[in-house]
Amino acid sequence: MTTYIFNGSFEGLLTAIFEFYDRKEKAVELVWDKLYQPSILDEALEIVNDEFKAKRVWDGLKKKLSPEWRTRFYKAYLSEDPQTFQDLLDFARYIFDNPAGAEANFGNPHVIAISKMDKKVNREKHRMKAFIRFQQTGDNIYYCPVDPDFNVLPLIASFFKNRYTDQRWIIYDLKRKYGLFYDLKSVQEITYEFISEIDIKKVILPIELTDPKEELASILWKDYFNSTNIPARKNMKLHIQHVPKRYWKYLNEKQ
Amino acid sequence: MYDRIREKLSILADAAKYDVSCSSSGGNRKNDNKGIGDSSASGICHTYTEDGRCVSLLKILLTNHCVYDCAFCVSRKSNDVKRAAFTVDEVVELTMSFYRRNYIEGLFLSSGIFKNADFTMERLVRIAKRLRLEERFNGYIHLKTIPGASQELLTEAGLYADRMSINLEMPTEMGLKLLAPEKSHDDVKMPLGFIKDTIAKFKDEKKTGLIKSIPKFVPAGQSTQMVIGATPETDMEIMYSADEYYKNFSLKRVYYSGYIPISHDSRMPVIGSQPPLLRENRLYQTDWLMRFYGFNVKELLNTNNPHLDTDIDPKLSWALRNLEQFPVDINTADYHMILRVPGIGVNSAQKIVQARKFGKLRSDQLKKIGISYNRAKHFIRCADSPIILNEPDAPHLKSIILTESSSKYLKVPQNQLSLF
Ligand code: SF4
Repeated sequence: MTTYIFNGSFEGLLTAIFEFYDRKEKAVELVWDKLYQPSILDEALEIVNDEFKAKRVWDGLKKKLSPEWRTRFYKAYLSEDPQTFQDLLDFARYIFDNPAGAEANFGNPHVIAISKMDKKVNREKHRMKAFIRFQQTGDNIYYCPVDPDFNVLPLIASFFKNRYTDQRWIIYDLKRKYGLFYDLKSVQEITYEFISEIDIKKVILPIELTDPKEELASILWKDYFNSTNIPARKNMKLHIQHVPKRYWKYLNEKQ
Repeated sequence: MYDRIREKLSILADAAKYDVSCSSSGGNRKNDNKGIGDSSASGICHTYTEDGRCVSLLKILLTNHCVYDCAFCVSRKSNDVKRAAFTVDEVVELTMSFYRRNYIEGLFLSSGIFKNADFTMERLVRIAKRLRLEERFNGYIHLKTIPGASQELLTEAGLYADRMSINLEMPTEMGLKLLAPEKSHDDVKMPLGFIKDTIAKFKDEKKTGLIKSIPKFVPAGQSTQMVIGATPETDMEIMYSADEYYKNFSLKRVYYSGYIPISHDSRMPVIGSQPPLLRENRLYQTDWLMRFYGFNVKELLNTNNPHLDTDIDPKLSWALRNLEQFPVDINTADYHMILRVPGIGVNSAQKIVQARKFGKLRSDQLKKIGISYNRAKHFIRCADSPIILNEPDAPHLKSIILTESSSKYLKVPQNQLSLF
């Protein structure tokens, strides 16, 4: 078996699929370069990103897959999960090697693998839409740090842009060290230097950096959260199932 | 200096929490006026209370002053509680401040009845109007319909609200009369019918295409709520009533709220008794089966079975009562029959009918598709099913299933269900 080493990018993944066909391989193990451990038995090929080759593969997928399935493919990729990278390559092969419509075969392991991962990424995307809590800064930017399990910022940018059209906001991914900044016109990717005055280790901004109205808003939200609870129905198990503990540090009502 | 507004919010959120709906789904307002907000069609729960209920909207009363004295309600006139009232400005400001921080999807505004119906409704409408026109707010607004309010006010409300609701309170007229003699289900039917007809009228006008832009009118439809367990109705009476309202008024949702004792009134369960959460859960499951699984309410509840089983869910009970319809062959059966198999949900059923076009399905594939195989296996046949000579009868099968799933099954009921 040949091992393909790629750099974890979407372009790299598509290039690898191109190489697979170009080199008429039989079986390939796709490995993320940062996890690669060389061994003498392997025949390894380092995938060099190639825009042209990637586009050929993407166009090919476009011909065979509905827009919905193409998004699924991309979303599964955003999981950054090593096994999923392999699944994506196998899934693409399955799609290319079979007549159109093969993606509806939920009896096929590759189809199942992609749709399961798509579901997980979707859930994380949905959680970010739900759990993001903006803090209004002194210079009137609504700021929120996050560290999602998957790289879902690209999936929520347009949601927040459409919703908060008349306010500037930043959503910053602490784990992946980049963020989205909306400046009332468009959403841009930003990196840490941009918000260097903010200590990104602290979720709650120090009061001197926030708008005078921020403190009250946050207090009232906590009050609301407590008042709307019905103690006679308490069910913490269900509560934690819906709001897993790892998200609590980002939720002001849980502080 | 924050004390006053904090106290108001605590009182008026506390008094509003017994209305269990917090849904923000069905909204379809787009942010096309460079304003703020864009409804998410499927709704978003921004957090969950410690009892596991979704928090999607800022759910408050405008005031808990009320001229009525409904025995089941904390805000009733004779109850000795602190009273408060928001101003229009306060509600608008609070909603915007929460929405801008992505705490909520919008506002659910209800109210005790002060002075009279129109006076109260007019205030609710004024707040919705301010939000839409002055704040250019496109988030979700759920307004309570105040029984007895004028049709002019209801029409205006419908132009700003995404959803409107009015509660039946008790599942039957008899139950309602027992606890709130001044009220009647006719007071609920009238506005429900009026808004339903107005929604239809707006839709028709849209179809004719004569007028270019027809404004939205209650785009997320109407809902209602019944309190369960305060009065002695059977599950059958409750669900037949729900079914009637779904059909006659095209309701989007009926909510069932297990009564939480809040008074020493001898007509109702005493303070400190447990709210009927398991029963509530079973009613929601039945509701789900009616709306998404193609069951007729009479199949699930009838004079032979006026109560839902507590130890097993209504889908499984139905299957056990109708064993002659099983086993279902996964590879040939109609989609609607697959949907009726315990352990198979809507998603899996859809995947099954797609996947079987590619070849006969085996049990390992069904497991991967995501059905709860341990439950379903008693009711299905697939490509590799063993032949069973002595099919167990219903009581026997029930005990097999209960033992197999005992750990999972008898735990504390979930009050927001998704599983069967
Ligand atoms: S009219 Fe409404 S608020 Fe007033 S007591 Fe009855 S249920 Fe409560």
